[in-house]
Amino acid sequence: MTAPAIETRSARARPLPLRAAVLAVFVALLALAPLVLADFHVTLLDYIGLYALVALGLVLLTGVAGLTSFGQAAFVGIGAYASAWLTTTASPPAWLAWAAGSPWAGLALGLALTLAVAWMLGALTLRLSGHYLPLGTIAWGVSLYFLFGNLQVLGGHTGITGIPALEVFGVQLRDARGFYYLIWAILLAAIWITSNLLDSREGRAIRAMKGGATMAESMGIDTARAKIVAFLIAALFAALSGWMYAHMQRFVNPTPFSLGFGIEYLFMAVIGGASHVWGAVVGAGVITILKQWLQDLLPALLGQTGNFEVIVFGMLMVLVLHRAPDGLWPIVARLFAPRTRAAAREAPQGEPLPRRALPARGTALLEVRDLTKRYGGLVANHRVALEVRAGEVLALIGPNGAGKSTLFDCLSGVIAPTEGEVRFLGRRTEAMRARRIARLGMSRTFQHVRLLPAMSVLENVAIGAHLRGTRGVVAALLHAERDEERRLLVEAARQIERVGLGERMFEAAGSLALGQQRLVEIARALAADPCLLLLDEPAAGLRYREKQALAELLGRLRADGMGVLLVEHDMEFVMGLADRVVVMEFGEKIAEGLPEQVQNDPAVLEAYLGGID
Amino acid sequence: MNLQIALLLSQDGITNGAIYALLALALVLLFAVTRVIYIPQGEFVSMGALTLASFQAGRTPGTLWLLIGAGIAVAIVDGVAAWRRAREGAAHASVAAIVGWNLAYPALAALVLHAFDPARLALPLQVALALVLIVPLGPMIYRLAFQPIAHASVLVLLIVAVAVHLALVGLGLLFFGAEGTRTPSFSDARFELGPIGVNGQTLWVIGASIALIAVLYLFFERTLYGKALRATAINRAGARLMGISTVLAGKLSFALAALIGGLSGVLVAPITTIYYDTGFLFGLKGFVAAIVGGLASYPLAAAGALLVGLLESFSSFWASAYKEVIVFTVIIPVLLWRSLTSRATGDEE
Repeated sequence: MTAPAIETRSARARPLPLRAAVLAVFVALLALAPLVLADFHVTLLDYIGLYALVALGLVLLTGVAGLTSFGQAAFVGIGAYASAWLTTTASPPAWLAWAAGSPWAGLALGLALTLAVAWMLGALTLRLSGHYLPLGTIAWGVSLYFLFGNLQVLGGHTGITGIPALEVFGVQLRDARGFYYLIWAILLAAIWITSNLLDSREGRAIRAMKGGATMAESMGIDTARAKIVAFLIAALFAALSGWMYAHMQRFVNPTPFSLGFGIEYLFMAVIGGASHVWGAVVGAGVITILKQWLQDLLPALLGQTGNFEVIVFGMLMVLVLHRAPDGLWPIVARLFAPRTRAAAREAPQGEPLPRRALPARGTALLEVRDLTKRYGGLVANHRVALEVRAGEVLALIGPNGAGKSTLFDCLSGVIAPTEGEVRFLGRRTEAMRARRIARLGMSRTFQHVRLLPAMSVLENVAIGAHLRGTRGVVAALLHAERDEERRLLVEAARQIERVGLGERMFEAAGSLALGQQRLVEIARALAADPCLLLLDEPAAGLRYREKQALAELLGRLRADGMGVLLVEHDMEFVMGLADRVVVMEFGEKIAEGLPEQVQNDPAVLEAYLGGID
Repeated sequence: MNLQIALLLSQDGITNGAIYALLALALVLLFAVTRVIYIPQGEFVSMGALTLASFQAGRTPGTLWLLIGAGIAVAIVDGVAAWRRAREGAAHASVAAIVGWNLAYPALAALVLHAFDPARLALPLQVALALVLIVPLGPMIYRLAFQPIAHASVLVLLIVAVAVHLALVGLGLLFFGAEGTRTPSFSDARFELGPIGVNGQTLWVIGASIALIAVLYLFFERTLYGKALRATAINRAGARLMGISTVLAGKLSFALAALIGGLSGVLVAPITTIYYDTGFLFGLKGFVAAIVGGLASYPLAAAGALLVGLLESFSSFWASAYKEVIVFTVIIPVLLWRSLTSRATGDEE
């Protein structure tokens, strides 16, 4: 998907009477609907709610985390079949005999089974990048469907009948009307916890993956965990929907859990708007109503019976992805709440986070010996050695292609060096992953800016503070971590003020000029409270005054005792700021020393200006 | 299981494997050149088989209506684009080319079908006619669904491919109906090979697959267009700088994919009963094979295809109800192996 225009409620200072009012009216209409609508329409709304719950999981998984799944219908099936089997089986296994017949035990079984299956599938397939995952989901979507249809204990292709009705607080839910409030209450609750999650530290970790795993890992985010969290939540929503479906229909067969339905769920999310929780509801509504209408219209029109609505869905989907890749929700949202940019929002206020104790000035932070990085026959770094001490700025300069960024990646754990030794704070780190090195207190920026353009500057910077929070997913889902969240945002705001972007804190990061985006990256790195800062061309794209301000900031950081390793092409900037300079050419260190020494070094002059002969 | 059964199952497996290999090659080609993971590849198979069956039954094949419809749609889209560019004074496609390919060609095909009763033609001519109808659908689908978003991410292209699959399956049902058909075998010859009999169609399938692979090899190695496609697959931007149009490369590779798919369908039609939606599972099995090759290696994909074919025929003997479950579950260890051999945290474009 493109442009993840996630809106969360993080903008707590923004009073949104209009939005709250629209939501209140919507909920009131939902509550009144069954009182005035005919059975047929109530049933339709039930299905919309059930489908929207699955699509909501896909919003989190696909729209937010960027992981596409065509296999959600299989999880719906697990939820439905688990409860259907447990409540109807005449011969439950001994260890489950106590639970047989109870839909609630069926729900627990379905969720547990889904969790187990999803965890296993996720562990196997989520490591895969990009397109392998959706292909994997297609494969297990097909596989589980055939499994449902061929397991005799699940009734084969005929399915299971005679599933008991649900009883909630002593009320029997016998028909579609009875189920209506249960379905929509669960859906609204799911929307609530999903929005809570997105507006939290854990949610930012999931959202950060769209900025690339490299960036997320360098900020200390465990991307494998973030993926599996999103995947499990989406699977559980699907299973919950399946459970309600089974007890509402009172019978199940494999058809609604086929790959075709899995595809339809994804279409709902994409057409509704995969980057927004309400997109799931819009998408489920549009597709369900359209399907109902087309199933009546098309066979009559074409004089044949068959699922011809897929023709329209297919073409509609192509059209939506061509013309409105963000789906329908942004269009709907503009209708109800025209964007009025509340300009004056207050920066978050509160108690700051505890700081890391910085090593004494002059101690060696980073020691690199004989570092070599080869790509096949190409030697990008050859036996490079350098040292960065606390309270100094070390500049790394050299012509383009000298291997500076490769060295940065080796030092920060993004790639592993082929040979050599890296010590950070006395610990060997050359084999460590970026995430662990970040935890030790190294933070970095990227030569090619890696921000999430649709997220606010504040949220982008808060990603940097990821490791300074501890509250987990469950707390985030329930928003029980608001104290910690406030302190993280306060810290992010402080760092944004520090790089001089306080005015633009609430704007989308993508709307800033490139030079300012680099400053946002610096703020993000600072939010991690590092003792060593790796900056890759921080001054590129900055105007003169901005460069001066940046030099002042780096000077202050140095005075505080932080170590800074800097790659930069602007010689005036480098020579005015750096304590020492290392020069690289063709992957090797050719000079090292004080700025003025390096400037007069014949090897350096030759590297930059060419030989005289 | 005795040796004879094992050999029979192997024969089945290799025959199906040959078809999967063709599909896997088409999928690797499409992915390499256009980055499209083309889920509907199997639909070309169904169309090929059902078109041939329609000829033999003396019916007008639904593919003709599809071709005419798609042609009109492309003519409109291309016409509007050409008109816009002409208004800006930029170079644009000529009216003759737009009308010729998208309107005149389908009309001509309709005339030919009307003039010669395909049911009376010899089999090779029927096959050729079927391909005449199917091959242009490839570039037309590319033009309508993929060309406007050629630079989108692989994931978006994949979702569009799935959408195209849905639309084509629905159209297949509309044009060919829900009944399945099986065409007569290309030859009734039977050969005794040791303890088992090998039937003629098996040899046809394997022979034609090998021949097609050889022709494709020559095409990619020896012809300018083949080299252009390879160049695009290796480096899209570089190829464009050398004057190789991305659009042309996309259309050409889709035409090849349609050719391979249609031919696979014609070959497989005498072996299996083909319904309008049978192709999908064929295509997916081609995918399992293509993924074995990492969507990049042709020989590995072909080897994967044989593996899928054999696995399928042997599992249909041992646990026939779970045949599909087994085939599609195999992809998970394959994916795992792929994931362990590639670095996990690499960023995608």
